[in-house]
Formats: sequence, structure tokens, C-alpha cells
Amino acid sequence: MAVEMLSYIERHSPVHRLTGVTKLICFMIWSSIAMLTYDTRVLTFLFLVSIGVFIISKVKLREVAFVLLFILFFLMINNLAIYVFSPQEGVRIYGTSHVLVDIGGGRYSLTLEQLFYQFNVTLKYFTVIPAAILFIVTTNPSEFAASLNRIGVSYRISYAVALALRYIPDIQRDFRNISMSQQARGIDMSRKEKLPKRIKNAASIIIPLILSSLDKIEIISNAMELRGFGKNKKRTWYRARPFQKIDIITIILFVLILIVSLYVTFHDGNRFYNPFS
Amino acid sequence: MKKPVIQFENFSFQYRSQTAPTLHEINLTIYEGEKVLIVGPSGSGKSTLGHCLNGLVPFSYKGEVSGSLKISGEDVKDLDIFSLSKKVGTVLQDPDGQFIGLTVAEDIAFALENDGAPQTHMFDKVAEVSKMVEMNEYLDSSLHQLSGGQKQRVSLAGVMVDDVEILLFDEPLANLDPATGKYAIELIDRIQNETNKTVVIIEHRLEDVLHCHVDRIIVVDDGRIIADMTPDELLASPVLEQCSIREPLYVKAAKYAGCELTPEMQPAHIESFQVDRCKAQLVDWFRKVDSPQPKAKTEAILELKDITFGYKPGRTTIQGVSFSIEKGEMVSIVGKNGAGKSTLSKLICGFEKPNAGQIYYRGQDISGDTIKERAARIGMVMQNPNQMISKQMIYDEVALGLVIRGVPDAEIKERVLKTLKICGLYPFRNWPISALSFGQKKRVTIASILVLEPEVLILDEPTAGQDFRHYTEIMEFLVELGRQGVIIIMITHDMHLMLEYTPRAIVIAGGEKIADDTAVNVLADSTIIEAANLKETSLFDLAQRAGIGEPKQFVDRFIAYDREVRQKWQ
Repeated sequence: MAVEMLSYIERHSPVHRLTGVTKLICFMIWSSIAMLTYDTRVLTFLFLVSIGVFIISKVKLREVAFVLLFILFFLMINNLAIYVFSPQEGVRIYGTSHVLVDIGGGRYSLTLEQLFYQFNVTLKYFTVIPAAILFIVTTNPSEFAASLNRIGVSYRISYAVALALRYIPDIQRDFRNISMSQQARGIDMSRKEKLPKRIKNAASIIIPLILSSLDKIEIISNAMELRGFGKNKKRTWYRARPFQKIDIITIILFVLILIVSLYVTFHDGNRFYNPFS
Repeated sequence: MKKPVIQFENFSFQYRSQTAPTLHEINLTIYEGEKVLIVGPSGSGKSTLGHCLNGLVPFSYKGEVSGSLKISGEDVKDLDIFSLSKKVGTVLQDPDGQFIGLTVAEDIAFALENDGAPQTHMFDKVAEVSKMVEMNEYLDSSLHQLSGGQKQRVSLAGVMVDDVEILLFDEPLANLDPATGKYAIELIDRIQNETNKTVVIIEHRLEDVLHCHVDRIIVVDDGRIIADMTPDELLASPVLEQCSIREPLYVKAAKYAGCELTPEMQPAHIESFQVDRCKAQLVDWFRKVDSPQPKAKTEAILELKDITFGYKPGRTTIQGVSFSIEKGEMVSIVGKNGAGKSTLSKLICGFEKPNAGQIYYRGQDISGDTIKERAARIGMVMQNPNQMISKQMIYDEVALGLVIRGVPDAEIKERVLKTLKICGLYPFRNWPISALSFGQKKRVTIASILVLEPEVLILDEPTAGQDFRHYTEIMEFLVELGRQGVIIIMITHDMHLMLEYTPRAIVIAGGEKIADDTAVNVLADSTIIEAANLKETSLFDLAQRAGIGEPKQFVDRFIAYDREVRQKWQ
């Protein structure tokens, strides 16, 4: 059910066994590479690896399908927007122009370069998204907080992030309940209603959601304070796990991937791989 | 001489946002190892008193303090909330909201983590404390999978890792089913006997707390302490009645029968209560009082046939449930936490679609109708009013459903004002909702559904968070609706409520209907009580001990009589 989306999924897999710190570092390396490079070879390699890791993690596609579709939808919009606002970006980057479909001989002519450029953009998404989803669903939120803290983030902020992640399912459940009960009062959120009215109607769901979430925040912050949260500069973590061999190996592996990717990307002085020259 | 651990001296407190003090001149001493119960109607200041003990007042809720409060000899002024939390461990109501960790072990260890305790020490301590509350086998379980009672044990363990001197329980029975509540009280008692900690319980379900021994009861009303005595003394006095706190039912019955209660009769517990002295009066009263008239049968309006439903394929939450409800009937749906009661109500409203079975309304199959179509006839009031309120002003909130339906303005005004009058909210009609208490907000949500004139009204725990007076008001008002033909379905854990107001009870256990009978018969059947985590009523015991042959009749007559007496309050 969609209610469970983006929350921790308990499994026994090598990916789950890694400590949160390792996963966080690896995820950061991964996204840096994906951000820096436009090299199709590197991106394809990363994409294949991330699919491999996904399989190893034993997380089922169906369990994250909703989020995945959601992101794909935005990816599509993004692609359209690139084409609308910058249809000759590929030509500018790769320096050549192979026109496939001539639309009035002007700006919106479809070129092979533009297609290739947008293919690379899409590929970038595809390398980061599975990694990001995987990171969230395989890291126990409390361990995640411990990891953030370990790499130097203040524990208050770490805990805030972890709590936010933890409350995602709760808020989804509340949202569902509230939306049902408001619909029962006659508030129509379906397509039968006109858009401006629907936006106005949405307020009658959002406001109770905010109010009841504020209630929750008050209760939890009282509960935390009553049990001494924020007393000391440092705190320890029940769930903290020491580094193991597999963690160190994984990190070394990722650093190697980073170095090789950057070398492949930049050795010709350009972060784009150019098949046209 | 016992050592005092809590000493209030001329203590007053005024919240910054309020114009009058919430607590006036409190003088109260609680000694080491004592078990004290604080009771009072809502808004009396009993929760504020608790907040003063754990430091939420004045550290989180700011305001003006005068007089002094000493906890184990130290003035609270010289402490901060963290050092106070090492002395006073608080178990808040609603364990769901206060869990911080994801698993049992983590949550128990939270206070230790904040102290920066080494990991090995945490493992040892968590193991030790979890054993004490019998949760040692669930250390790695996720908190969401636990039952209500288990959750409460975890929150208790979470404060006990700190070796606090005082355990403070803020409404520990709210949200627990009756049997679990009984167990919780026994657990508190056992922990206190084992550790000799000082225990302070804030709760308005007096009879349930008195299931175990309590040293003293403190009655708070209007920000002042109006009684501070042993349970026996308190129950023999008229104090509870004066500040509208519900007395234990057997005490009430004895008082109705005209018995003069004295502390020597030990009325604190039904087991210790010396019934012999008022036996004659009870039997006499039983003979004199009329038994209520059974209601005539009318037409069935709502009918469920073989409803089966599961949130996930392969796991059913509701299994083959059928029943039909007649016009103007008031029905309770009772059962354990998580038995499927709320799911059942969602199915009736169309929030969820059954996997099998039909729902009929006046003989017409409405299984395929949308939420909106059903909403024309069936209204649902959720447990938490904050989940329903979306407007700032009371009038607008109540009018919302009508405005959306496009009802003409003049008619909206007329219907809203009429509903506000029925719900006792008319004087507040131009108030912002934020100025209302929890109980008043609840009435606003009931009003906002009532204004739509549903023929079936479903209420989830309608009386949660209401003191006895408001409880009576809301319920009498629902009875009146019932008389006008509205079907009232209540989901509740409150056995008194079920017994008093709903002639019929449907008992759900494990997703199946295990009983559908009069409330009195349900509570007379020990197999049902056990299967559905209910609790027998002390009135049966009283009747039996007084030698009355028909205990069920006794209960019926008591309830009819009691309601008549209470109607005069209004």
C-alpha cells in the first residue's frame, strides 16, 4: 500500500548490513559523480551498478514503485522543459548539428545532439534515483541519525531529520483519515470538481493535517525533553554499529569508482562524451 | 517520620496566555513511597499540577509562579528540566505520540543515550528494565506492532532506566481497552511494591485506578485542592459528587439506596466494601425502583451482510461480520485495541471497500456508493477533533458541509444556529475555535456533522477527554437524537458508557463478531469479557453480595435511575 512508501524496509541483505555511515558516504560519492559527469560511458556504468545493488538489496520494485513513478513523471516534465526552453543545447555542447526532423528550419528542429544530450540528462536521473531510494529504504532511521552525527552533523539536526523520516508513514496515515472524513462532509477532491475549487478544498485537508501534526510535535518534543534530550553537547547511540570489513571494502570500492569516473570524464578536458566528433 | 519528596507551599501558577491563575495556593506534601491519585474535572488544573512536578511548567509552558515547590528537598527554581527529569519520570498519556525510538530497545534507551552512556552499559540496563516490565522478549520489535498495553509498558520502562524517585502517570488509562487498563494498574502497583518509588497518578477514571491500593486521593477543582484524604474517607464523603467526578458505581448504588457510607465500611474497593450494613436498604431499593421498558421493535435501516475486508491481501481485518440496526437505535461497538472496530466504521462510511459482502441502507444495496453519496445519510465523527477542524471560526466550521453542498445562505444560517443550540455551543458561535477546550472542540465536530442531518451517526470514542458533566451532556444529547430516529453507533472502550447509554452492544474480537446482545448480558458473560478484553461491572458484585437474585435486573434498574437523577443536573 502507498501508505508505507519511503519508509524503512527491513530485510536481510548485504546492503542492509552496511552501517548507516558507509551508506551515507557512498551515497554522497555516488551523487557527486552523477552530478559532475555527463560522460555517457560513466553514467551507463553507474546505472548498471545501481541496478545490481538494487537486486542485492532484496528490495522489491513494487515496494518503491509509487515513488519511482512519481519521479519519472517529473523527469518527463523536466525533459519537456529542456526542449521547450533550450532546444539547441545539444548542438551548442557537441558543436555539430545532425537535423533529424526539420521544424520550420528554426529553433525547434529536432537534432541528434539534442536527443543525445537529453538522454544523458535522463541517465543521470536514473543513476541517482535508485541509489537515493535505496539509501532511504535500507537505512534504519535511528541509525541514519547516528550516521549523520558521526560525520559531524550536530545530533539535534540529525535527530530532527531522522524523526521527520520516521513520521512520513504517520503523516500519510493521518492525511488519508482526514481526507476521508472531509470527503464525507461533501468536500470533493476528485476530477469532477473544477481546479480552483479543488485547490480551495485541499485547504480543508491541509489545515487539519497541519494542526494535528503540530499537536504531535508538541507531544513528542515534551516527551523528548522530559527524557533529557538536548542536555549534553554529545550523546551516544544505542544502535551505533562499529565499522566492519565489508564497510571499509565498500568505501574503498566507491572511492575507486569516484577516481576512475572522474578520470574518464575529465581526461579530455570536457565533461561531455562526444560521439559526434 | 517519613521523608517528604514533594512539597508544594502556597504554590500558584498562571499561564502566560491566561488572565487568571490555573493553580491557587496549593499546599500539598507527598511522602516517599506513597501512592497518590490526583483527580478532578477537566480544566480543574490537575494536568498543570502534573506539569509542575516534571518541569514542563515553567520550562516549556511559561508563566508566573509564586510560592515554592520542593522536590526531594530541592527547590524547583534552582533546578532545570533535565535535573528534574532525573528525579521525576513521567509516563504521558497516549504512548503512541511519545515514542521516539523505532524499536522497543531504542526507545527504552533514549534517556541513557542522552546521558552519553557507553553502549555496553545501555545494553545491560535495557535488558534489566525490560525484564521488570516483561518486555524483554520484544526488544527488537517495532513499536507500531505492539498492543496498547505493551506500548505502555515500554514507556514505563523508558522512564525507569533513569532510576527516578518519583513516577508520574498522566492519564495512564486513556486509550486503553478495559482489561488492558486493569492490567496497567496492576503493573504500576507491582512496580511500586518492588521498587518503593513514590507514585503519582493523574486520572479521572477513579473506579479503575482503585482496582489496586492507593494511599491518598487528592481532589482538584478550579485550581484548588478541595480534598486530600484516604480513598475510604473520600468515597464516604460527598466531595466527588460536588465536583462532578464519577464515583465508583457500587458506591453510587449504595448511596442511591440510602446507605450512610462511613470510612469504616471500607468502600475503596468492592472486595473490601462491607455490604452487610446496607444489604437491607439495597434490597429494598431494588424492589422499589422501576425497571426500564424494553424498546419496541421498529424497521431495520442499516444492514451489514457477511462483510469481509483486509488491508493487505491474505490478511483479513474483518471476517464475515453481519448485523442490522433499527431506526433510532444506539449501539456500542466494543472490543480490544486493534480488533477491527475502527475498520468496521470505515467500511460503513465507504472509506474502505469490503472484499466481500454487502451493506444495505433501507433495503437498498449501497456497497457501490462513493463516500460522498453515503455521506448524505451517514456521518462520522473522528476521535481526534483536530483531524476534522479546518476553519478558524466555529460558525464557519459547522457551516462548511452546507456551504459545499450549495445550500442557500438563509437556510445555512438557520440550520447552523439550531445545531449550535442543540450542542450547547450557541453562546460561542462567534468565537475562534482555538479558544475552545478539547471537549468543546469535540462538540464542534459533532455539530459539524449533525448539521448535515445524517440518519446514521458514527462516533469514535465520543466521550474521550470529557469530564463527567460534559460526558453526561453529550450523551443525553445523543439520546435525544436517537429519539428523533437517528441511529447512533459508538466505538468505545468505556464500559460505563456502553452500559448506560447503548441498550445493545456488538462485540468484535479478532475481526469477527463474537456477541450481539444487550450491554448487560455482554458484561455478564465471562467468556466474552475475556475474549474481547472487556471488564465486568462492580454492580454485579454488589448485587450478588447484597443477596439480590437478579443481578442483571439490578444493573438495569440502577442505570435507569442514575440517568434520571443526572438529567436534573442540566
